[in-house]
Amino acid sequence: MHPRDPRSSQFRPGLGGVVLHGAAPLLGIVALALVMDLLVAPLLPEAWYAKVLADIGINIVLAVSLNMVNGFTGQFSIGHAGFMAIGGYTAAAVVYYGSIALWGDAGFHGGYFSYCGLGHFNGPWFGGGDLLFVAACLIGGLVAAVVGVFVGLPSIRLRGDYLAIVTLGFGEIVRILIQQTPGVLPPESAATVPAPGRYLHLGGALGFTNHPFYTTIFWIWLAVGATVLVAWRLRNSTYGRAFLSIREDEIAAAAMGVPILLYKVMAFTFAAFFAGIAGGLFAHQLGSTLNPADLGFAKSFDILIMIVLGGLGSISGAILAAAGLTILPELLRNPPHVWPLLVPVVPIALALLLYRRRRLARGWGILAGGIVLLEIARDLAVAHGVQLSDYRMVFYALSLILVMILRPEGLLGTRELWELWPRKRKGGAGVRASS
Amino acid sequence: MNDLFQTFVAGLRLGCIYGLVALGYTMVYGVLRFINFAHGDIVMVGAWLCFIVARAMHWTGFTAHPPLYAAAFVLLISMTACALLGWLTERLAYRPLRRAPRLNVLIAAIGVSLFIENAGQLRFLFGTEPQAMPSLLPRAQTALITLLGVRITVLDVVIGLLAVGLMIALDILVFRTRLGLAMRAVAFDDAAAALTGVPVNRVVGMTFIIGSALAAAGGFIFATEYHNLQQPAEMSWILLGLKAFVAAVVGGIGNIRGAMVGGLLLALLEQFGGRYVSNDLRDVYVFAILILVLLVKPGGIMGAQVTEKV
Repeated sequence: MHPRDPRSSQFRPGLGGVVLHGAAPLLGIVALALVMDLLVAPLLPEAWYAKVLADIGINIVLAVSLNMVNGFTGQFSIGHAGFMAIGGYTAAAVVYYGSIALWGDAGFHGGYFSYCGLGHFNGPWFGGGDLLFVAACLIGGLVAAVVGVFVGLPSIRLRGDYLAIVTLGFGEIVRILIQQTPGVLPPESAATVPAPGRYLHLGGALGFTNHPFYTTIFWIWLAVGATVLVAWRLRNSTYGRAFLSIREDEIAAAAMGVPILLYKVMAFTFAAFFAGIAGGLFAHQLGSTLNPADLGFAKSFDILIMIVLGGLGSISGAILAAAGLTILPELLRNPPHVWPLLVPVVPIALALLLYRRRRLARGWGILAGGIVLLEIARDLAVAHGVQLSDYRMVFYALSLILVMILRPEGLLGTRELWELWPRKRKGGAGVRASS
Repeated sequence: MNDLFQTFVAGLRLGCIYGLVALGYTMVYGVLRFINFAHGDIVMVGAWLCFIVARAMHWTGFTAHPPLYAAAFVLLISMTACALLGWLTERLAYRPLRRAPRLNVLIAAIGVSLFIENAGQLRFLFGTEPQAMPSLLPRAQTALITLLGVRITVLDVVIGLLAVGLMIALDILVFRTRLGLAMRAVAFDDAAAALTGVPVNRVVGMTFIIGSALAAAGGFIFATEYHNLQQPAEMSWILLGLKAFVAAVVGGIGNIRGAMVGGLLLALLEQFGGRYVSNDLRDVYVFAILILVLLVKPGGIMGAQVTEKV
């Protein structure tokens, strides 16, 4: 290996190299958030699309973080919404009661990047509210992470389904406990209630309302970038290899000296932290009332479905599935024409047939047939005046079952998107082992 | 004393439902080793079918006079239809996934559950309006006996007899018949059972049929006891299924007698806790006891200790 090769152990970059090397991913995250906020979001024709873009981001954070437990470490957690609820309520309480303590009202005190109302914003680029909001999200993540330690602890005694049930029970307990909390205090009377009890006024079953909204596309995609970066680096680190070894064979990993409990709890803690941040972002979306009913096990199942559909352990798979499954139910509200899809599909099928790739051509052929059938069904339904949106969730459930039967390993398996195509290997030096 | 006994009777009522539903969970888990999340929805379909049949026979409304056999008729149809539905879910959704990883089967079960809930909401099926279930038993609310100041009504006795009868019938089926022997063989080791000539697929199918019929009976009891049918995707249905599942785990999942004991125990705990500690936290007790049991004795109260093989 050449000493100038960055993968060589003799490689010593200069100071500038260190700064650039360390800062490049962070700059990349900020760039991603800026591009999404300033370039992609304004191009969307309606405010509703921006909402979908925001939902996609939050779901990516949730899916990628749950993937750390279920995908990397092979543990079976189905209570992810519980962490989200803890983070969300903590963040909402910090922002709401913090705003009252700092400014005396629960209004918006943020800058340009936090403004999510309609119309033009005449204000500073950066406000005190931004700091409060970011701090609240981080506190929410930390609180969720601390809880994550305790939810992760039973994993040493319980395997598989039993652990799944415990995490499910944890999520439900969180939801029910939040439902019992008293109503949100109005700004005038918040100071009359003594401090520790004050922050437990979380709105109960009616939901947390009247808090200011700070979550914009910018903050959401900043969190997306950070989560994906951490997940990626984590998986390719010593910790990540320990996680994967536990997934592949727990007993063998223990025999090789991997501290199983430590790494399992660590996976839960990391996942809970990012789920808490996602909860904080979710809580401060425009017009949101944070309701415990939305954060029950149905939400946990949604996230679980995303990572299984994307391929357990695949980060890009989780991202794709999170985006796809956020868009799909929205598309099914008013199913669009699918004819245009035939334009690429049919030539590919024909070309594959021409080159005698029968096995590949069959899949594309089935896809083309499915598109034709879908289109016929859609036209029939429209002609008979059937409300297709009524059937939205029915089709969603059916497609879920079908995917599980037809492609049980998920979209990408444990691979990443770019590993689907064979690439030329350079020299043989430092080829990353595909996991 | 009166109050105590009243709570106890209420616990028994609820325990009948939990026990019957928990049996389906525990049987499926015993045979296929996966949590059939769609089982709670079969209960919902069972309860709704009772109402739909009763409405079709014009037994609903204030002026209706249902005949003596009405309840039995409704129950029978509901149980048959649910047995068919349970068999269909196994045949179409779970059988192709028999060799797939557990998480996939779990997701498929969630998919089936979502499908039943949302299909049930379609206008030509059950719709989205809550409905009132008529009382199909004549003089259901007349007290048969008054014990310690608590009125035990005709309905209570009939329901208790039905639940206990079904549980005894199931126990005989599992421990005294050839089919039961085959079920236990498949639960113990399906590959070895297949080698000795047990038709595994048929046995699994029968497990779903029996479990779903029992779930329909649970749904019938729920409908006649509480008279209020929420819309199919309502949280209360899902919670009912989850609690019954918790009962199965507490009793020792895979263990049939354990499911009955677990159902009773959980219902009593919920009623007594709701009466004497705090009614708002009823659901918390259920999940707290679940976590406690799993941490202390993961096999459940009556389950065997599970040992991990290398």
